[in-house]
Amino acid sequence: MAKKEYAFYPGCSSQKGASASNYLTSVNAMCETLDIKLTEIPDWNCCGASIGYAEGGELPRHVMNARNFALAEDNLPGQQIVATCAACWLGARETKERLDASSQLMADTNEALKEAGLNYKGGADVRHMVEVLIEDFGYDELKKPVVKSLEGIKFAGYVGCQTNRPFGIDGESFENPVYLDKLVEMVGGEAIAAYDQKVTCCGGALAFSEPEKSQKQIKDIVESAYDHGAEMIVTPCPLCQANVEIYQSDVNKRYGTKFNIPVLYYSQLMTVAYGGSAKQAGLDGQLIKASKLEQIASKK
Amino acid sequence: MSDANTQAVEKYRNNFLKEVSERVEEGDWVKMCMQCGVCSGSCPLGSAWAHPPQEIFMMIRAGKREEVLTSDSMWMCTSCYNCIVRCPRKLPITHIMHGLANYAHRLGLAPKNQPTRVLGTLFWNNAIQNGRINELKFSLALYFKDGFSQGIKNALAMKDAGLGLLKAKRLNPFEIFGGHGCKGKKGIHAMLKKAQEIEARRKNFTA
Repeated sequence: MAKKEYAFYPGCSSQKGASASNYLTSVNAMCETLDIKLTEIPDWNCCGASIGYAEGGELPRHVMNARNFALAEDNLPGQQIVATCAACWLGARETKERLDASSQLMADTNEALKEAGLNYKGGADVRHMVEVLIEDFGYDELKKPVVKSLEGIKFAGYVGCQTNRPFGIDGESFENPVYLDKLVEMVGGEAIAAYDQKVTCCGGALAFSEPEKSQKQIKDIVESAYDHGAEMIVTPCPLCQANVEIYQSDVNKRYGTKFNIPVLYYSQLMTVAYGGSAKQAGLDGQLIKASKLEQIASKK
Repeated sequence: MSDANTQAVEKYRNNFLKEVSERVEEGDWVKMCMQCGVCSGSCPLGSAWAHPPQEIFMMIRAGKREEVLTSDSMWMCTSCYNCIVRCPRKLPITHIMHGLANYAHRLGLAPKNQPTRVLGTLFWNNAIQNGRINELKFSLALYFKDGFSQGIKNALAMKDAGLGLLKAKRLNPFEIFGGHGCKGKKGIHAMLKKAQEIEARRKNFTA
C-alpha cells in the first residue's frame, strides 16, 4: 500500500488530557496500520470552532485558520491538511473557500498574518480524515487489514451535522449519508440502516449554554438508537461524541429514561478490527464502557 | 445607547436592509430570501426561536431594526447547517445568523445575559489567550459566570460527568496552571489586533 503523508491539524479537543484525546489515540493506531503518516502542523492554533463567531467576528476567524494554513505551507510544503475534528475541518474549509473566492479577503488576511511573520499563498486543500479514508483509500483497501470481525454488534451510525453539512463527503446525500454504515459493515459490524436520527444535530455548543433546549436533541438521538436495537452509537465528530455520551445521565434525570449506551468513534472500531488493543483504540477513554468491543479487542 | 449604535442609526436611517447588507457577514444575501420557510422548518431549535430565520429576514426587509438586533433568536443557532443545505436559493443562512448575532453583540444590543452570547465570548477569549482552548478553564468560566455560589452549584450538578472525564483522562486538572498553548501567541495577538482594525475599517465601525 502506498504510504500517504498529510499535514495534520488535530484541534484543541484532541490534545492530551482533552475531551477527545481518545479519538486521537485511535486515529494514531488506525493510521499506523494503514501506513498513513500524519505530521502535526507546528504550533497550530484553535480554529475558532462553531461558536467563535459571537465574539470573534469575520476576519479574525479567517485569520486564525489562515495562520494554520501558512504554517502548513511553510513547514510541510505540498501536503494536504487533514483534520479529525468536524468543527476544525468545517471552519478551516470555510475559510479556505472564502479566501479562494475573494482577493480582497485574501489581501486583508495576509495584511493581518504579516503581524505574525506569516504569509498564506492559498495552496493546500483542507480535508477530513473520513474523506481521506474513503477517497484516497476506499472501502476495499481499508478492509484489507481487518483481522477481527466486530460481528454481533449492532451500531447506530450517528453522522451528526458538521461532517455532513454543508460540505459532507463527496457523493453522499445530506439527508441520508451512508458512508458511516459502510465503514461499520466493513469491520464486520451490523449497521442499522433505519436509524432515523443519523443526521440530527446534538445541540452543538448550546449543550453547554442552553441545556434545557438542546438535551431534547440528545434524547432523540439516543432513544432512536435503542428503539432500533443498537448496542452502540458510532460517530465521526468529537462534539457529537462528547455531547451524546456525557449528557446521557442528565437526559436520564430530565426525562426519566435509563439510557446507558456507549458512543464511539469510527477510528476506534477500525483499530479494534485491525487487531489493536483496547488501549490503542482509546477504549479506556469511554465514560460509558464499550464492554463488548473491549472483549473483542482482548481476544487473541 | 452605545456610540457605535448611534452612529449606525444615523448613517443608515430607516434602511436596515442596507445596513445588514453592508455590515453583517453574508448580509447581502437577505434580499434573496423568498419566504418559503424551509429554514425555519428545518431548524432543530426552531421551536425555541421567537423569530425563526425566515421571519428574521422579513423583519430586516420591513426595517424592524430594534426588534431584530435585540432578539435572542439568532443565538439559538447550533451551527448544524441544515438550513443552508436545504435552502432552495442557497442562502448561507447559518452565516447570516452568526453575522447578525455578532453585529448585535458588537453594537451592545444583544440581550445581555443570553447564555450562548456569554458562552461565545468566553470561548473566543479562552481560545485566543494562548492560541488554543483550555477546556478546564473554559468549563469553569462558564459554570462561574453568574457568581461563586451558582458556580459551585453548577459544578456539583456536573460532578459525575467531570469525575468520569477525569478518570478517563479526558480532563486534566493541571490545565488550571496553563496547559496547552501556542508558542507564537504574541504573534497571534498582534495578528488578531490587526484583523480587528481591518474589519472595522472595511465595515465603517467607529467603536
